[in-house]
Amino acid sequence: MTTQPVSGAALNPRLQEIVDDFRGVPDKDRLQLLLEFSQDLPPLPERYAGHRDRMEPVPECQTPLFLAVEVEPDETVRLYFDAPAEAPTTRGFAAILHAGLDGLDADEVLATPPEFSSQLGLADLVSPLRLRGMAAMLSRIKRQVIQQRAAPRAAQ
Amino acid sequence: MALPQDSAPKFQEYAHPEMIVSTEWVAQHLEDPGLVVAESDEDVLLYETGHVPGAVKLDWHTELNDPVARDYVDGAGFARLMSEKGISRDTTLVLYGDKNNWWAAYALWVCSLFGHPDLRLMDGGRAKWIAEGRPLSTDTPKPAPADYPVVDRDDQRIRAFKDQVLAHLGQPMIDVRSPGEYSGELLHMPDYPQEGALRGGHIPGAKSVPWARAAAEDATFRTRAELEAIYQGEAGLSPDDDVVVYCRIGERSSHTWFVLQHLLGFGHVRNYDGSWTEWGNSVRVPITRGTSP
Repeated sequence: MTTQPVSGAALNPRLQEIVDDFRGVPDKDRLQLLLEFSQDLPPLPERYAGHRDRMEPVPECQTPLFLAVEVEPDETVRLYFDAPAEAPTTRGFAAILHAGLDGLDADEVLATPPEFSSQLGLADLVSPLRLRGMAAMLSRIKRQVIQQRAAPRAAQ
Repeated sequence: MALPQDSAPKFQEYAHPEMIVSTEWVAQHLEDPGLVVAESDEDVLLYETGHVPGAVKLDWHTELNDPVARDYVDGAGFARLMSEKGISRDTTLVLYGDKNNWWAAYALWVCSLFGHPDLRLMDGGRAKWIAEGRPLSTDTPKPAPADYPVVDRDDQRIRAFKDQVLAHLGQPMIDVRSPGEYSGELLHMPDYPQEGALRGGHIPGAKSVPWARAAAEDATFRTRAELEAIYQGEAGLSPDDDVVVYCRIGERSSHTWFVLQHLLGFGHVRNYDGSWTEWGNSVRVPITRGTSP
């Protein structure tokens, strides 16, 4: 099975390392790794905690997930995710994107291949339907990056 | 040998009290031989975060579905799955899960296609077990493989296919999805089609009774009297009706199937598992939009 994205675009080194970690363990340990990611999702900063109205819902996830994207003046992208503890798979997906993309610059985030989630080797373990949630989070993150670059957020 | 029924008074009101047990009953019988408790959740990792001690995991998507065709496992696949979980044909299998037992009811319905003799739901599911402060374990049991016979799946009694639903138009049907899905206002952004249906609305004549109405705040089933008021009162169903229930892929409607068939004692209830993801994509089937049946 190839780990190269169809588009030929390379993954950034952090995402590549995550993919390698997932591909490097046997099937049965891959879910455990996803669970560990889910436990490491950072808590929300005060400005978002309890303020889902300031975040974007991602209805494609089976359990409601909320995300916020901030593009800083120097184009550094900051990502924030909110998903309940009862949704460890969704939290795990969010944590992978956080570990792989938070703090990168906008161009690097936008260069992430849309099919990146299919490289984790999770489709048979988690089901393709559930994986769609991660692809949806990535598209929404990219769309927000593009919009905020075009029209920077009002000073907060 | 089958385990005793739960004698809780609430359950005795139901048509089939042998199909339901309380968290307390499960706690008392956890160690009994002949019992397997299985957790079935929407989230494929939730079991791993902690589950009823000794419970095995039964995943609707990766285990109960055929990996290629849109169908359930066949008799051989089901026998293999049950064997792996340490379940034999005479095991009392108690299912529970997240979201008001939504997925546990789905697993129970699939097990019913194979006629497993002793199936029960744990009332209130995972949420109630946790709310009562009962223990959770992250140890995964390694059951010794059990002997489970290959039993043909019976798709006649409790499962409906699209052609049968077409022939059923005009007869009682319940759409258990949310009001927005029922009326056809799909609440999503144009670029992100949800669950892949090309058309929105409902099957003509189907009444809307969102599935979660059958559950109380604590995720347990409502009482017999409350359920009768909803399904026989408001929705006008009668226990001798031939009823088809559906949702999006047949999971939420399994919950309603359980309520009608086992709690209210309806004689002929079929779950249309093709549901909206089949109907809403089919060519030239009738569709009704809006809030009326």
